[in-house]
Amino acid sequence: MVGVGQFDIDLFLRILPDLAFGAFVTLELTSLSILFGLIIGSIAGLARVSKNRIFFGISTLYVEIIRGTPLLVQILIIYFGLPAIGINLRPEPAGIIALSVCSGAYIAEIVRAGIQSVPLGQMEAARSLGMSYLQSMRYIIFPQAFRNILPALGNEFIALLKDSSLLSVISIVELTRVGRQIVNTTFNAWTPFLGVALFYLMMTIPLSRLVTYSQKRIGTYEMK
Amino acid sequence: MIFGLRNKGYKSPPVDQRMIKFIKHPPNLFPMKYLLEIQGLYKKFGDIEVLKDINLSVERGEVVVIIGPSGSGKSTLLRCINRLEEPTAGKIFLDGIDITDKKVDINKIRQRIGMVFQQFNLFTHLTALQNVMLAPVKIKKIKKDEAERNAIKLLEKVGLGDQIHKYPAQLSGGQQQRVAIARALAMNPEVMLFDEVTSALDPELVKEVLDVMKQLARDGMTMIVVTHEMGFAREVGDRLIFMDEGVIVEEGEPIEIFRNPKNPRTKKFLSVIL
Repeated sequence: MVGVGQFDIDLFLRILPDLAFGAFVTLELTSLSILFGLIIGSIAGLARVSKNRIFFGISTLYVEIIRGTPLLVQILIIYFGLPAIGINLRPEPAGIIALSVCSGAYIAEIVRAGIQSVPLGQMEAARSLGMSYLQSMRYIIFPQAFRNILPALGNEFIALLKDSSLLSVISIVELTRVGRQIVNTTFNAWTPFLGVALFYLMMTIPLSRLVTYSQKRIGTYEMK
Repeated sequence: MIFGLRNKGYKSPPVDQRMIKFIKHPPNLFPMKYLLEIQGLYKKFGDIEVLKDINLSVERGEVVVIIGPSGSGKSTLLRCINRLEEPTAGKIFLDGIDITDKKVDINKIRQRIGMVFQQFNLFTHLTALQNVMLAPVKIKKIKKDEAERNAIKLLEKVGLGDQIHKYPAQLSGGQQQRVAIARALAMNPEVMLFDEVTSALDPELVKEVLDVMKQLARDGMTMIVVTHEMGFAREVGDRLIFMDEGVIVEEGEPIEIFRNPKNPRTKKFLSVIL
């Protein structure tokens, strides 16, 4: 038996299935949130480049509020605050909503920058052929913008995956929460938390590799 | 007939079929409809008046060449014709339809007006073939294989039959510009606008683009060409327009204007550029 303060291999092996379960929940929450975040972010990002003042105003307000407040506070408001106005959510939906709304704001800014990174001439050429604004966006601007924002989107996904650890405060049993529960029962903080960190790395490193790879793949067929 | 009476061997000549056709269908000596008619066009950017009372009529098959110093409003005029710029005042008719009317579907109008830009503006994420095919397939809803056949034909016409699967980044400037011409032609436009299409090209690449445009003019395409290529203006232009400070200063036969410019401003410009 190895003492507290040193890495306990036996304990580590015993808690592996629990950590794997926690990692799975984390991945699940993050994937759902990024999916909804992408939808929210695309719409808000489009609104951010819109000439329509109402769309622009609402989306700008949304982005400013979300980016100006801590995610933890947003989570607390949605889970503990909303019941005050009659909206009671279970932890998981509340968590997913909080992460989606938050990542949506960041993705909106990524989408805006991506759209603006496509030269104006592309839009003009598309319009001169008779495409409508939305057709030009869909066939010309978005595909090029997507390529430009892919690294940023990947980074956002990784950041969100790490931020999902904050959901442990509203009793969602994801990776970080699993770690804390093990610590509470084994009184060993060193091994479980290192295990937790290891599992986060096992998810984030392949993800960042994937981002780099897809970036290269998209880049090669075009540039020479 | 009188001679015929005397000379039995004489036969009156057969009536020329062309003559009958001419009498039955006399040419329209007063065509009211120009393909393109610009009336009293003004364009302001803020307080700056870029176009002042432009009046211009273009016939079918005519090649109009617009020259003038930079900042004279040539490009703006061109961009007003397909409403990439909204005119401040005035009317523009395409085949009798007022395209400045807010009720008109500008996307439908733009399908009838091809435009080629100084900076090519090819879609960088698509191959040459896809660049040419995209609009016919997505907007005109032409079947893919038919659009592809047509696109290949057009790319061959501009001399790029062997480059169809390359991306814009893999093509030279001259090749890109020829793809851009093919892309505009794929929509079967009635008039083509060329906005200084050779200005961004290396000198040795200018000719290949001009040759394509010359061929297009020979095929009877209606063209409005903003250019600094005086040789092209002289050789291909049916009419030359000299613009300066937002107004049409002088217009007429290219050879006539080059030889004998009437306006002092035209004189000055030509003396610098020729």
